[in-house]
Amino acid sequence: MFYREAGDYSTTYAQDQQTFPIKFDRYRYYVVLFIAIFVVPFVINDYWVNALLLPFLIYAIAALGLNILVGYCGQVSLGTGGFMAVGAYSCYKFMTGVDIWWGGELLFRLPEFNIFFSVIMGGIMTAFVGVLFGLPSLRIKGFYLAVATLAAQFFLVWLFNRVSWFYNYSASGQISAPERDLFGILITGPSVQPWAAYLFCLVFTIISAYIARNLTRGASGRKWMAIRDMDIAAEIIGVNPLRAKLTAFMVSSFFIGISGALFFAVYLGAVEVGEAFGIQKSFLVLFMIIIGGLGSIFGSFAGAAFLVLLPVALKVVGVDWLGWPTDIVAHLQLVIVGALIIVFLIAEPHGINQLWRVAKEKLRLWPFPH
Amino acid sequence: MTFKLTSMAVAAVMTASPVLAELVFPSMSYRTGPYAAGGIPFADGYADYFTLLNARYGGIGGVMTSVPECETAYNTEKGVECYESLKGSGGLVYQPLSTGITYQLIPKTTADDIPMHTMGYGRTSAKNGEVFTHTFNYPANYWDGASGAINYLLAENDGDLSGKKIALVYHNSAYGKEPIRTLTELSAKHGFTFNEMPVDHPGQEQKSQWLQIRRDRPDYVIMYGWGVMNQVAIQEAANIRFPMENFIGVWWSGSENDVLAAGDAADGYKALTFHGVGRDFPIFDDIQTYVVDAGNAAGAGDQIGTVSYNRGMYAAMLAAEAAKTAQEIHGVADITPSQMRDGMAALEITEEKMAALGLPNFGPSFKVSCQNHGGDGMVGMTQWDASTQTWSLISDFSPTDSELINALVAEDSAAYAAENNITPECK
Repeated sequence: MFYREAGDYSTTYAQDQQTFPIKFDRYRYYVVLFIAIFVVPFVINDYWVNALLLPFLIYAIAALGLNILVGYCGQVSLGTGGFMAVGAYSCYKFMTGVDIWWGGELLFRLPEFNIFFSVIMGGIMTAFVGVLFGLPSLRIKGFYLAVATLAAQFFLVWLFNRVSWFYNYSASGQISAPERDLFGILITGPSVQPWAAYLFCLVFTIISAYIARNLTRGASGRKWMAIRDMDIAAEIIGVNPLRAKLTAFMVSSFFIGISGALFFAVYLGAVEVGEAFGIQKSFLVLFMIIIGGLGSIFGSFAGAAFLVLLPVALKVVGVDWLGWPTDIVAHLQLVIVGALIIVFLIAEPHGINQLWRVAKEKLRLWPFPH
Repeated sequence: MTFKLTSMAVAAVMTASPVLAELVFPSMSYRTGPYAAGGIPFADGYADYFTLLNARYGGIGGVMTSVPECETAYNTEKGVECYESLKGSGGLVYQPLSTGITYQLIPKTTADDIPMHTMGYGRTSAKNGEVFTHTFNYPANYWDGASGAINYLLAENDGDLSGKKIALVYHNSAYGKEPIRTLTELSAKHGFTFNEMPVDHPGQEQKSQWLQIRRDRPDYVIMYGWGVMNQVAIQEAANIRFPMENFIGVWWSGSENDVLAAGDAADGYKALTFHGVGRDFPIFDDIQTYVVDAGNAAGAGDQIGTVSYNRGMYAAMLAAEAAKTAQEIHGVADITPSQMRDGMAALEITEEKMAALGLPNFGPSFKVSCQNHGGDGMVGMTQWDASTQTWSLISDFSPTDSELINALVAEDSAAYAAENNITPECK
């Protein structure tokens, strides 16, 4: 009954190749977009935005990025936290004006970038750094590559802690986002309206998902998947592994950089590199794509939602409803999230995305499953 | 997509929180994670003091108090979630007990017109109340700690530290980096050599730092550590046979948890403090009667009288006194966060007040003003006795180098004001 293809004819190639070929699916997608853009901003408050929506949107971008690298191109990376830090610190430097020093003298200072372009610059700088740390992937694979990216994680965190230029020589080593606006509407700083912060991140999320989706079903995505499935075979059929792997690192780092920039500038407002972008962050995003489903766009969203909302939901149930002590709930959270990850990996190794696909398949046949 | 529905269901649940006429003192605690050893007793002390006020005096000025707790695990993201969810409860003053969360909340609380008290942590230049209108860090801050340690060493060395070597072992974060500037200035002033040794979070790995200390042989080591880092450092110091009486921790590195693990080797270790230690105060009899015996002790109830517990209780006492001051200023019992700010800015702690509360000589007497949110910065020194397992105050609360610190505060707060377009003024 739902997802029925009967009567859903494609008469052109464009129709046949669209992302949502089934009409019901397409309309559902439009409705979700409509609600996210035109309804949600009017009904949300500070709590909704800061506790749920912003982290969800930002982690979704990071998960999209990592999914391109790990899920589509098969290059395992544990450097996500470090790359997010690159995005955050670049965004900070560009929004406060990059200062270039030579021999103890200020050579020149770039003008302050608009917040939108600062975030984009965060992505671009991270793409460069990502390519740099992606170079070893041409020689090493699998676990060994994971260890090489782990080195990137620790090196980058050390760098941002060590070199005071990155945090504008502040005494504490913290970076804090000054007030910045877009078309006169505040985007960063303490007086931001919740809807403004939400819409700003939503725009980035939608654009990222759109780009990611179209890249992964196009030529470059097919090359990545060929490399993932068997790199020697891919090379024989004419895929250039250098280009494929490095573009995957570049695109992936770009998205991760964007998410790092938003994470710092819009969501937290002030970060300290070791605490905000430590190895935990790398694992968190990796768990998101494993739970959500490797190699799927929807999986990135589902995984991000799962790991952002579940702790909050458990806290609400445990502390606010049942009145349990906060420490017991916090410990239970760890146990439940851990157990769910194991259950998921055993019961559904392909993640939430696979559950969603199976559900769709069933709905397609329902109510006559024969 | 399904997650939208889930999030809506989750949030529908959250909107229901009771609003009664009571004074809410939210506790952003951490009873889990690598820093729980310090977070648990602090949260217990904070909650127990308000329980005592409710049971013995019927709240503050006739209005009962409540202490909703939210677990941050010392994590900034959870801190944001906690702040937003506690904001709905109408909390009067926030005490995040984490420098990282403090940095985030400074602009947020100012925009929301809610005061924040960062007692002995946070951003030191918040002492300048003209720039940081809603942040308070009385009675002492990180720079007072650094200067207090140097003053103590000056007194030990007959006022001359020239040619001495002093090393700083610090948590490589905003918190640990705070005293560097002060110590650099002080080293120029007093002529000692100053060395920095960062330790990365969470601080379980310190072999290389202590090897370096063994090689450099500094005369004194000052530590700005927190959580598991402290225990490890004291153990490592014992391993290289560094004389414990030359090893000084800031107040966050001076609780029972930090020294017990090293056993007898920790004997003689010193730590700064800005409040009394031990159970030798009349208030503990009240806590026993009205809180513990009534079965209302927070947590497991086994932390009473420890250093961190006393600090949590002290924080609660200062908050309650500020609430009283606010009630007097505004003539209403059920004060708002904005009125609470006025109370904090006019807070005066005297010997008589502390004695009346059952806390004679528990802390320094000080006065907060609209310009000075940091009090007078009086710090004392405590020393650990491993045989009796007690901390004792070995030097009274004495003033720090206020001239140097105030200059640094003025400089740093001016930079913050310029960055954020704040016109320094007394509101």
